[in-house]
Amino acid sequence: MIDTSVREKYTAVIGLEVHAQLLTKTKIYNTDANAYGHSPNTNVSVITLGHPGTLPKLNKKVVEYAIKMGLACGCDISREQIFDRKNYFYPDLPKGYQLTQDRTPICMNGHVTVFPKNGEPRDITLNRIHIEEDAGKSIHLAGETDSLVDFNRAGVPLIEIVTEPAIRSSEEANSFLTEVRKLVRYLDICDGNMEEGSLRCDANISVMLKGSTTLGKKVEVKNMNSIRNVQRAIDHEIERQIAEIEKGNTIFSETRTFDAATGTTAGMRTKEELNDYRYFPDPDLSPLIVSEEWLKEIEATMPSLPNDLLAKYVKEFNLPEYDAQVLTDTKEIAAYFEALCGKTSNYKAASNWVMGPVKSYLNDSNENIEDLSVTPENLAEIIQLVDESKVSFSAASQRLFPAMLKGDGQSALATAESLGLIQDSDSDSIGELIDEVLAAFPDKVAAYRKGQKGLIGMFMGEVMKKSNGSADPKITNELLRNKLA
Amino acid sequence: MNIDKDLLNKIAHLARLEFDESTAEEMMADMTKILTWVEKLNELDTDNVEPLTTMSHEVNVLREDEVKPHLSHERALKNAPKKDSDYFRVPKVLE
Repeated sequence: MIDTSVREKYTAVIGLEVHAQLLTKTKIYNTDANAYGHSPNTNVSVITLGHPGTLPKLNKKVVEYAIKMGLACGCDISREQIFDRKNYFYPDLPKGYQLTQDRTPICMNGHVTVFPKNGEPRDITLNRIHIEEDAGKSIHLAGETDSLVDFNRAGVPLIEIVTEPAIRSSEEANSFLTEVRKLVRYLDICDGNMEEGSLRCDANISVMLKGSTTLGKKVEVKNMNSIRNVQRAIDHEIERQIAEIEKGNTIFSETRTFDAATGTTAGMRTKEELNDYRYFPDPDLSPLIVSEEWLKEIEATMPSLPNDLLAKYVKEFNLPEYDAQVLTDTKEIAAYFEALCGKTSNYKAASNWVMGPVKSYLNDSNENIEDLSVTPENLAEIIQLVDESKVSFSAASQRLFPAMLKGDGQSALATAESLGLIQDSDSDSIGELIDEVLAAFPDKVAAYRKGQKGLIGMFMGEVMKKSNGSADPKITNELLRNKLA
Repeated sequence: MNIDKDLLNKIAHLARLEFDESTAEEMMADMTKILTWVEKLNELDTDNVEPLTTMSHEVNVLREDEVKPHLSHERALKNAPKKDSDYFRVPKVLE
């Protein structure tokens, strides 16, 4: 660990490259199934395998998904695009080149707002989003003289989201990935699973002295399979680079791989110091033109995005920022909350219910909110029963809600009735009970009137006892105070 | 443009091609000649000309996202120089 005072002399400059596999049915340039977990080399075709004379044909959905991501990030959408060949040799790349976009990325500029743990929300500027194909998977087994190659993944559509070197800390990088994952899931274009590799991240990291205008040499770090590990890798790499510089060594541009077990990075033994990809326009794919009309069509299919919902919950529903964050954390929870708020206008109660009993039930049961037997309609009924003082909140959360989770399809009112949870809010009958109680404790009544106001609790308890807990506490309290006055 | 020994070696490496060292001089001369000939194109003023990226006049040749029958597993592996029942086998590559 380096000293804090040394650490503080430096500032880190971080750029991220995020690859997201798109949830299309087929690959980007041919009709093989795009599926994870199938037997090796079963989702392949002559195009995937790069047989001579075969030609690619672009999947329309891929273009639409990439544009959706671009619109979600406020990017400029390129109206005229071509594809480029990135040339390199590796056994999992059968054609000897990757079909990607170099000169004309489908989306340019734009930003993603980050909410770092120990910092202010900030917009991270994007350089570009482009579309390209994934490579196959090479498997290197110990003791084997061969490497094994599975081409099922070859040709799976990817978008690559590239930030400007605008990220300043590992917390910001963490938040950036969290937000990107949230976006692709809201848009339903990628499942965002980093462990399975459908969302991957490489980080370009450099450090420089504070106030300097010359960027340090950047190091690319790969092989982080979770957001947490991206954060760890960045923290370690910043420390390592500062320590090297402090020792008088120079940092050179290289690719390093992260080891999750040790939390450190190590240089990769690459012979290819100078990678020369010799990009050039691909003549096989026709140019892509995005018309105003097509763009409008895609715009019309855009769902509500987490930050729009967040703003709505804070500004229109007057919910605390924290509530709004939790409620928009996943698309499914937000959809449930949206449906609920269509049925009740007590937004704060709706938020408390979703963040409290609903979420804790989901956590305990591992159920998905979409499968919850208490529908938004049911929950709105429960909220109404509480608002009308027909059922107390504690009875609603501890007995009515659990009973409805078992779900016999009954309305909240019917269930509350059959459980005997309906509170007596009839002031005449409560009034009679109060009269009985006051008559039974004349000395306590006198003491209360002399100033021992704390006795109100005792009276409340007695009335509740007499009503078997069904007296509405609010009304009881009010009536008691009136009668004792 | 002159092709020197370094550039020749670099091109050979990028193309993963081997050549007989004794022919290096001849190859450098040939490649220099070819490049010089192609460089003739530089004499044209192309400032206001969009680069030609395809020979076709078609744009937006797209397909719908529908799975179509593709290659069977057996046929896919058929021409591989080395394979097992599941995988293509290649000389071990280490990162």
